[in-house]
Amino acid sequence: MSAAEIVEVLSRGVTVTVSLMLVSGILALVVAFVAGLSRVSGLKIVRFLTTVYVEFFRGTSLLVQLFWIFFVLPQLFGIRLDPFMAGVITLGLNYGAYASEIVRGSILAVPDGQREAAVALNMSKTQRMRLIILPQALRTMLPGFGNISIELLKATALVSLITLQDMMYLAQNLRAADYSLSLKVFGILLVMYFVLALPLIVLSRYLEKRASRGVANT
Amino acid sequence: MDVFNWSYAAEVFPTIFRAMFVTLGITLAAFAAALVFGLVLTLLRRVKFKPVAYLVHGFIEFVRGTPVLVQLFFVYFAWPMVPVIGFKMTAVTAGIVTLGVHYSTYLSEIYRSGIESVDQGQWEASRALNFSKTKTWTKIVLPQAIPPIIPMLGNYLIVLFKETPLLMAISVNEMLMTAKNLGSQVFSFVEVYTIVGLLFLLLSYPSSLLVGYLEKRMNNRYAQKAKKVKKEDVIV
Amino acid sequence: MTGKPIVQFQNVKKSFDELEVLKGFDLDIMPGEKVSIIGPSGSGKTTIIRMLMTLEKPTDGEIIVDGQNLWHMESNGKWVEANEKHLSKIRGNIGMVFQHFNLFPHMTILRNCTEAPVHVLGLNKKEAEQRAKQMLAKVGLAEKEKNYPFQLSGGQKQRVAIARALVMQPKVMLFDEVTSALDPELVGEVLRVIKDLAEQGDMTMILITHEMDFAMEISDRVVFFADGYLTEEGPPEELFNNPKSDRLKSFLQRFSKV
Repeated sequence: MSAAEIVEVLSRGVTVTVSLMLVSGILALVVAFVAGLSRVSGLKIVRFLTTVYVEFFRGTSLLVQLFWIFFVLPQLFGIRLDPFMAGVITLGLNYGAYASEIVRGSILAVPDGQREAAVALNMSKTQRMRLIILPQALRTMLPGFGNISIELLKATALVSLITLQDMMYLAQNLRAADYSLSLKVFGILLVMYFVLALPLIVLSRYLEKRASRGVANT
Repeated sequence: MDVFNWSYAAEVFPTIFRAMFVTLGITLAAFAAALVFGLVLTLLRRVKFKPVAYLVHGFIEFVRGTPVLVQLFFVYFAWPMVPVIGFKMTAVTAGIVTLGVHYSTYLSEIYRSGIESVDQGQWEASRALNFSKTKTWTKIVLPQAIPPIIPMLGNYLIVLFKETPLLMAISVNEMLMTAKNLGSQVFSFVEVYTIVGLLFLLLSYPSSLLVGYLEKRMNNRYAQKAKKVKKEDVIV
Repeated sequence: MTGKPIVQFQNVKKSFDELEVLKGFDLDIMPGEKVSIIGPSGSGKTTIIRMLMTLEKPTDGEIIVDGQNLWHMESNGKWVEANEKHLSKIRGNIGMVFQHFNLFPHMTILRNCTEAPVHVLGLNKKEAEQRAKQMLAKVGLAEKEKNYPFQLSGGQKQRVAIARALVMQPKVMLFDEVTSALDPELVGEVLRVIKDLAEQGDMTMILITHEMDFAMEISDRVVFFADGYLTEEGPPEELFNNPKSDRLKSFLQRFSKV
């Protein structure tokens, strides 16, 4: 099998890899904001429950979570998810938990004077958050989100272990069919993943640089 | 629909618990490798001869930009076929090497931030006192650069620990693989996977609390102006 | 200046953890009155106006604004702690200018001044901009409306902050050491704006300041705080030229030496 043929076979998995990343990325983003805002909520019970969720997903291994959601949920609760859904939910909840820390940290990093000025202008709690705190926190969040998107793309390869036919899965098939192709297949696969990651890497480094230059304050 | 079978859980627990030590051993070995190799990468990036620095930077971005699982397969299945430098490794060694190299790229970034945080004046003072280059590094710079980054290194130790279940993909008998084998005997994964999850939580959560505590202490010690984040700092 | 006070502090105390910063004081401020609060640092001066702005909650005592209790309200015939809605209602009477300006860095100067009128007062954008431009002209910064805060000098920022507070048309304006963070050569322009404001008359102003000459010039009354107590108060000439307490004497001495 030539290199071109291998690329041809593996690229059939690109759609799965990319769409898994996009869908779980959107879920992770939503979860990150909901959980991140809940963690700075005035309600103790909301803070507590969110902390439990975040620590739970950060404290257990991603692959274990994936297996639990794919294999245990149907047995325990009769909830049967197809591999793609299982992947989306696991990646979304896992990276959502990590990203919520970024959201929370960025919100807390906005100088207290900003909140005070908003109080002095008699803004409501929601207005303070929406008009003053979040727009500033967003700038600090972006580099973190960039890095998480790279991690997320890499993590999609795990779903091959629950039989979703992404690039990694197809590569394993090729290797199983012809052992002597190992070097070519996995060499090419590495490059293909890197090419997919490249735009995200460039974007993240740009955002990092912009953030470290700093925004002029007050 | 099954329910959680407590007696079966009790029965398989010791086996999974024993596998935990395999997981821990691999974690420590891979982390040690990452600590050393990460430092090498950091130093290589500071080499005056630019092509070396660029090459190392490229290597770091490449390793950080591709999945560990793919790297694992590459190291285990493909590396032996690489002409001249390739050789065969056992699954455990391949796992340790892959995780070690992968995380060394992250650790090298942390070392770099530590070194860059040492004040320029320290280099100048060492120069003024006529320290040799090696002495400057070992006596002045590293002793100041390392302590503040210890919590961050701790964080990556925990991250690496949680990454070890990947090695099941090449049949290393760590916790998840052991659980899978046990589960397939009875066609039920409820108990085994739950146990693995809880064991991970039990080990990593207290560790991350410890790291958080260290972080706080380091902040107090090294950054006088670190922003106080009070418990009551609640916004919404 | 007769009639009912617009702000009353009644036996107000404030502690931070174990430290009692304010040990109980009474202070009435009449509508239109200009009051300067002076005192050594750490005497709790800033805390006084922060409590009035609802940024800190008093540990004990009552604050009355325009006849209404600020930190307590009646609910079902019972006297309970104020909720956000109650605080917000009374807060509308008060505006504040901060030591460190606290302009919103992500908004233009004009937007800094229109954001609250639009979202809090419910003005439409046109009205809000009209008001904001008027106030920016008043502080001499009409031409900066399209700039961002980082493009302004400290003195200009502080003038914007004053305009931003004025657009809300508060009855009481609070100034928290508004010149302390400024380079000496920029202090004058900010004080001039405040002085103009004071001379226009009807707004009540409470100023925390270290500028003794300025306090002398614009205040109707000066209040001296030390060691957590309201130690001395009176018309500025009297207080500065004829201090009664030793505490104030030594405080003023230190200032004249500098």
